[in-house]
Amino acid sequence: MSSRKIRVLVAKPGLDGHDRGAKVIARALRDAGMEVIYTGLRQTPEMIAAAALQEDVDAVGVSILSGAHNTLCPRIVQLLREKGMKDCLVLLGGIVPQEDLARLKEQGVAEIFLPGTSTEDIVKFLRENVKPRD
Amino acid sequence: MPETKEHSSAAEEELERWQKETLGPSLTKHQERKKSFQTVSLEEVGRLYTPADTEDLEFSTDISFPGEFPYTRGIHPTGYRGKLWTMRQFAGFSTPEETNARFKYLLQQGQTGLSVAYDLPTLMGYDADSPLSEGEVGKCGVAVSSLADMEVLFDGIPLEQVTVSQTINAPASVLLAMYLVVAEKQGASWDKISGTLQNDILKEYIAQKEWIYPIKPAMKLVVDTFEFCTDRVPRYNPVSVSGYHIREAGATAAQELAFTLRDGLEYVAWGVEAGLDIDRFVPRMSFFFNAHNDFFEEIAKYRAARRIWSREMQRRFGSTNPRTLQLRFHTQTAGVSLTVQQPLNNIVRVAIQALAGVLGGTQSLHTDAYDEALALPTDRAALIALRTQQIIAEETGVANTIDPLGGSYYLESLTQKMETETLEYFRKIDSMGGMVPAIEKGFPQREIQDSAYQYQKAVERGDQIIVGVNKYTMTDERAEVPILVIDESVRTHQVERLESTRSTRDNGAVEIALEKLKQAAKNSDNTMPATIDAVRAYATLGEICAALRDVYGIYEEPAF
Repeated sequence: MSSRKIRVLVAKPGLDGHDRGAKVIARALRDAGMEVIYTGLRQTPEMIAAAALQEDVDAVGVSILSGAHNTLCPRIVQLLREKGMKDCLVLLGGIVPQEDLARLKEQGVAEIFLPGTSTEDIVKFLRENVKPRD
Repeated sequence: MPETKEHSSAAEEELERWQKETLGPSLTKHQERKKSFQTVSLEEVGRLYTPADTEDLEFSTDISFPGEFPYTRGIHPTGYRGKLWTMRQFAGFSTPEETNARFKYLLQQGQTGLSVAYDLPTLMGYDADSPLSEGEVGKCGVAVSSLADMEVLFDGIPLEQVTVSQTINAPASVLLAMYLVVAEKQGASWDKISGTLQNDILKEYIAQKEWIYPIKPAMKLVVDTFEFCTDRVPRYNPVSVSGYHIREAGATAAQELAFTLRDGLEYVAWGVEAGLDIDRFVPRMSFFFNAHNDFFEEIAKYRAARRIWSREMQRRFGSTNPRTLQLRFHTQTAGVSLTVQQPLNNIVRVAIQALAGVLGGTQSLHTDAYDEALALPTDRAALIALRTQQIIAEETGVANTIDPLGGSYYLESLTQKMETETLEYFRKIDSMGGMVPAIEKGFPQREIQDSAYQYQKAVERGDQIIVGVNKYTMTDERAEVPILVIDESVRTHQVERLESTRSTRDNGAVEIALEKLKQAAKNSDNTMPATIDAVRAYATLGEICAALRDVYGIYEEPAF
């Protein structure tokens, strides 16, 4: 049994300021016993990857509602891999058209949560997919 | 004076009799569907409302007649019998050329006003070629970086005849300047043009979060537009104090009402402080509310808004001018209530929400398109949204009589409850020193976040039902509607126009204009004349905002 709590960086990249979703998720993950760091608004992929490394997180939850996911998500994944964070999961939540889902997964996004997702499903996904560490 | 409640009134005695004789026996046989019934704001709703619930209300002072204080029943003596509400669909996507075509299409279909949605770089004061704009140009609205874009956006649209609402906040004074210069080039007189600038920076710090400068200089820019428009563009509404975004961020109906009206009072106070005549600038302030799912709660909210505003303008500022006391508002149906699942259901949600706005006496209305939880609306979806308003206006009969729900025991009691809750928030915010200090403390932000979380929990418990999401779900459902895709070529197109503008304008004149703007900002002069001159010289939005950032600095949100 590992006693380490799951650590998650909730990140809001791009110019959009709609942070209701990011904040609800951050609180729900905290209530589920995880350690959550919220980046605040308008973080570049570089800033997000640096924060993920510094905070040594197991997962990065990215919230995007503006349609900029195809530009921002692959870059976040790539930067994390370059920093050696192979096991760090990248999750995306927001408004994402069906056509984009498969490509985003190919590009390394672990899961995409669309509007209407229950916070419990996100908690469950993290518990089942975060790689255990000592 | 209300009686002291030692004795029950006749109405209360009658209610007790009904409870004992008729209700009681029925409840022993059949239980109700749920233990408690709540609005979408998670407020408890009673079983039945009777004269006992409205005994404290006085018809002449609390409800009264339309067009008379406290305007509970509306600001126009003829309601919609004189003039229907303005059907004003918010539109904007991709390039100015594409949005211009959508505007012309909507006008052809009977829409009566325009409303511009700008993309995120424009909202944040960045040009299309800024590295920060990558992936965002033309996505959530139309891309406008300079006067050259604005000229294309309104090409062939006579600004002396069509009123235009612009959803723009942090860089609002710049977009207003562009609008005025385009009007001037069309030969339209500033005395005659009308329209609305959202320009509500307080709700940006509270909810929408598209800010640039720190709060105080940002408020100064707002006051500059009040002063300029009062003198030079007298029919223009320089602010639309917005609850819409506060609600979308998760506020309850009462929080939306309280924070929006308190923001409005803050703008009035700043205007008065700057020496403006209250009865000249306040009549041109307008409001903007959300229309959410809970039908009666929303109607009560609009009625309470008018009553509270007129009473507070009288009480706090001593105004007696009817036009200062009358609250005018725009309504938009709740984007947040739309579902990705079974998207055609959204047409029904929007129709009911729009009906609430109309029964609440809105001056103008935007109905969301059914595909907006998926992407920006297609032509077809936008047309159905407009037709929804036309059906309400022309077929349902609700516009035939004024405030048809006035006098309903439930609605009047709910209207009064909205007022009480709002005044309670006013007391808290006043005790913090006003809305600016309250925002700096994170007070409205925390209240909203908390409500958003409680609502999410209620949905997950199944206490709040969302059809197609947590009830009546379909497992093999497909998003069966076509969606609008904005590709990256939009940015290339916009960057090309920007480069052509920069290479053909007089760059020396631009530098001088930007320097004059900085001086005006440093000296606390009104920044509008210098902004207009910079726009005329084709300084870009990004350049103008950068100049003001040099003087004012930038806002950093504290963590809470």
